[in-house]
Amino acid sequence: MCLSIPARVDEIEGNSAICTVGNSSYKASLELLTPEEVQVGDYVLIHTGFAIQKLDEVDAMETLKTFNDFKTLNEQMDQEEKDNNTHLI
Amino acid sequence: MKYIDEYRDKGLVRLFAEEIKKISTKHVKLMEVCGGHTMSIQKFGIPDLLPSTVELISGPGCPVCVTSRGYIDQAIAYCRLADVIIATYGDLIRVPGSTSSLEKERALGADIRIVYSVLDALIIARENRSKKVVFLGIGFETTAPGSAAAIIKASMAGLRNFYVYSAHKVMPPAMEALIDEGVQINGYLGPGHVSTITGEKIYYDIPKKYGLGVVISGFEPVDVMQSILMLVQQIESNQPKVEIQYTRVVKPEGNIKAQQMLEEVFEPRDDWWRGLGVLKDSGLKIRENYQAHDAEKMIEVVVEKTIEPKGCICGLILKGIKKPKDCKLFGTVCTPSDPVGSCMVSNEGSCAAFYMYNR
Ligand code: SF4
Repeated sequence: MCLSIPARVDEIEGNSAICTVGNSSYKASLELLTPEEVQVGDYVLIHTGFAIQKLDEVDAMETLKTFNDFKTLNEQMDQEEKDNNTHLI
Repeated sequence: MKYIDEYRDKGLVRLFAEEIKKISTKHVKLMEVCGGHTMSIQKFGIPDLLPSTVELISGPGCPVCVTSRGYIDQAIAYCRLADVIIATYGDLIRVPGSTSSLEKERALGADIRIVYSVLDALIIARENRSKKVVFLGIGFETTAPGSAAAIIKASMAGLRNFYVYSAHKVMPPAMEALIDEGVQINGYLGPGHVSTITGEKIYYDIPKKYGLGVVISGFEPVDVMQSILMLVQQIESNQPKVEIQYTRVVKPEGNIKAQQMLEEVFEPRDDWWRGLGVLKDSGLKIRENYQAHDAEKMIEVVVEKTIEPKGCICGLILKGIKKPKDCKLFGTVCTPSDPVGSCMVSNEGSCAAFYMYNR
């Protein structure tokens, strides 16, 4: 019941939206968000039939970038360790 | 799928695991208080990835689990009235009451309908004007705004046969009560979707009063691992605070419109939690302005005496003191298909999640 899923908004009709998750389509009420907030193409989090928040694309990209930097840094360190036959940490 | 797959990256999960291992020196117990976390932690096998210094415990985060047997008994009493239709989330239907369950009552002919959303209950009310439609409102701050929205709609539309029987609850009193009781907790994984609505301010007292950190976490394995790392960092550097890991969804201020709707329709009241007893201002009661839609006020019933199940230790499990496998009934007498206690019913319950992923 507490599960909530990120869904893409495909259509908006008044106070509700048709959204897609994977291959399935859901109807979600937009009543808990302010109308100007949501546009077609946005991702929203759906909980028991209500969109409860719009996902922050910029933030999500930034987090992913941080993850990737973290991964790259780790790989670089692994490589350095291998090259010099030392332990950095 | 966007916003999901990238947070299930195995390499990243492993990296976070290494990082946690590297910095963790103190033995800590971290508690999650959200059924969604209970499930994903078991599903993705997260405990096995952590060093022996970091232990995860589940708290009272599954709404079905903390709801009293008396509530189920009263719902059963409503469903036995000839002019009542019960509309409920599927999770509640198999929860054992003192002598029956909604599922059993349905087999006996009661009109009980499983809905995915409270909005479906509104539709049922509209289509069945001669009946009273009682929606069983359970859940925390994530779910309660939906009930509030439905009550406002029913009130505006003059849909007088729509009622909510509220067992809605709010999370912070339970988080504080656990610490007050002396349960050993060194930090909280904050409930991501409750916080989506409330924002971070509801947790400010926890570092301030108790010196414990709260990291509001998402639900994918990478989210959970990163949140654990953040908590361990806080603990190792002795800087407890409220932080948001799940920033793609949770805004510091939360969802203000949903908060306003909650405030409009509900007021706080003392409420009973399995394992914790009655906690001050931990429940949500429908305000007088909307009492025409409050089942407790408007529909009179006689409720049978509550009988708690013998041998079930759900209460202790919800406090993180015991684990499902400590229960003698686990997996033998009590299984998801024939649950004794409420923790074995919803797949967010500790016993059910452990049964599903770990046997
Ligand atoms: S296994 Fe069943 S009886 Fe035991 S604590 Fe869990 S729900 Fe209760």
